[in-house]
Amino acid sequence: MLYAILCYNDEDAVWSWTKEEDDAVMGRLAVVRERLAPIMGPSARLLPTTAATTLRKSPEPIVIDGPYAETKEQLLGFYVIDVENLDAALDVARQLTAANPGGAYEIRPIALYQPDKRVS
Amino acid sequence: MTDMGWINGAITGARPAAVGALLRYFRDLDTAEEAFQEAALRALKSWPVNGPPRDPAAWLILVGRNAALDGLRVRAKHTALPPDEVLSDLDDAEMPLAERLDGSHYRDDVLRLLFICCHPDLPATQQIALALRIVSGLSVPQIARAFLVGEAAMEQRITRAKARIAKADVPFEAPGAVERAERVGAVASMIYLLFNEGYSAGGDVVRGPLCDEAIRLARLLLRLFHTEPEIMGLTALMLLQHARLAARFDAAGEAILLEDQDRTLWNSRLLAEGLALIDKAIRHNVPGPYQLQAAIAATHSRAVRAEDTDWAGIDALYAALERMQPSPLVTLNRAVATAKLHGPEAALSMITPLEERLSGYYYYFGARGAFLAQLGRLAEARAAFDRAIALADTPAQAAQIRRHLDGLMRTA
Repeated sequence: MLYAILCYNDEDAVWSWTKEEDDAVMGRLAVVRERLAPIMGPSARLLPTTAATTLRKSPEPIVIDGPYAETKEQLLGFYVIDVENLDAALDVARQLTAANPGGAYEIRPIALYQPDKRVS
Repeated sequence: MTDMGWINGAITGARPAAVGALLRYFRDLDTAEEAFQEAALRALKSWPVNGPPRDPAAWLILVGRNAALDGLRVRAKHTALPPDEVLSDLDDAEMPLAERLDGSHYRDDVLRLLFICCHPDLPATQQIALALRIVSGLSVPQIARAFLVGEAAMEQRITRAKARIAKADVPFEAPGAVERAERVGAVASMIYLLFNEGYSAGGDVVRGPLCDEAIRLARLLLRLFHTEPEIMGLTALMLLQHARLAARFDAAGEAILLEDQDRTLWNSRLLAEGLALIDKAIRHNVPGPYQLQAAIAATHSRAVRAEDTDWAGIDALYAALERMQPSPLVTLNRAVATAKLHGPEAALSMITPLEERLSGYYYYFGARGAFLAQLGRLAEARAAFDRAIALADTPAQAAQIRRHLDGLMRTA
């Protein structure tokens, strides 16, 4: 089963990290990703929501600055993993948590997956 | 167990909103700061044991408010009760704080906090020092080091600034649209001043982090006003300039000109964010000085090699900036693009009328010398470079010009 692990955290806090703190977290996450290589699909880290633009799909689509949802914790990135079941997916999320505490992971089963090699 | 790094990050991240809300409750900067300090101390004890709260800012506000009220009650036993207006906002204490934080209060709290720091009565250096102390939460010794002054002097500077603000009338009601726009503008220039403090210090470890702090504050302001093209422009401008940090100085600490920089050293993540923001800003079709400067920086950033630079685009952007914000410095910068496009002769006649106004300006004579040298007028070039050296603020600037002079000697 394919799952998406959506990473939520307070972006004010995350983007307050010093370069050293940020590098340390990324380094720990790289170790986890390496360890889980056989089940790891693509992953992405998103730029802050200040860089986001939203297109409302009204009959005449409207472009709005900023993220779609104003939330206390923002969607900062995601992983795609291929595991047996929810328990295994939660185990992955726990391993990621150990490397990068704070915030929350939302685990969502993937309904349709279309990897495209053009984006690398 | 909760990671201490995460806790510190969460406290720092929540600080502007929390201090801003506490300031609205207590209407006194020192009380708000002390309340926040107390809350942060309790957070450091509580969060590692009980786990982090869902909403760190709301937690800090609630705990800080209660702690400060306890303090006021203790003091009240010895002195008269505080006047009602000091506690004016406390009758709605039952209202869930988390809900209020999502509302416009939160936005205006943070803006008010930032705005207080750039009160027009305060000189620029005090504005920045105050913002670093109150909004960013840097310690006085940290700020003193960044400004290269003693701790006692900085302590005094901040105390004076606070006293001046206490006397000034700071409006606590929600600002109107015009007033809000003015506040945003004042805060934006304070943030850019802060950035320039760090930027002019270059790779300096003590002052360099001022750039990070300015970018953090700009992102904060942009989160609150995410449809303001000029705030997008300001944030983009700082991100694009800061992205070049690693390439701006050689191993000996000497400045490397943009066209000689190793572009692979530019920070790609900062560049990506800056380019995304200027793209968004330009869609609004409301140009402004920050956007134009960011667009110029973006044009440089998009050139993979120096020789790929779109000088015509840069010249047009400077021309627009000249119209919007006429200044001899803008013209001087434009002349560099003009030299690339139309040759040094055109650039020289563009800057010559500026000489009177820029007679004390290092960069003017540096540029003039370079244009003259390109035209083969070596004796005049030499004279211009000599004046530049005399006006240099730093040894690095003087060294830069000496390299030009050495180049002239070889040509001659």
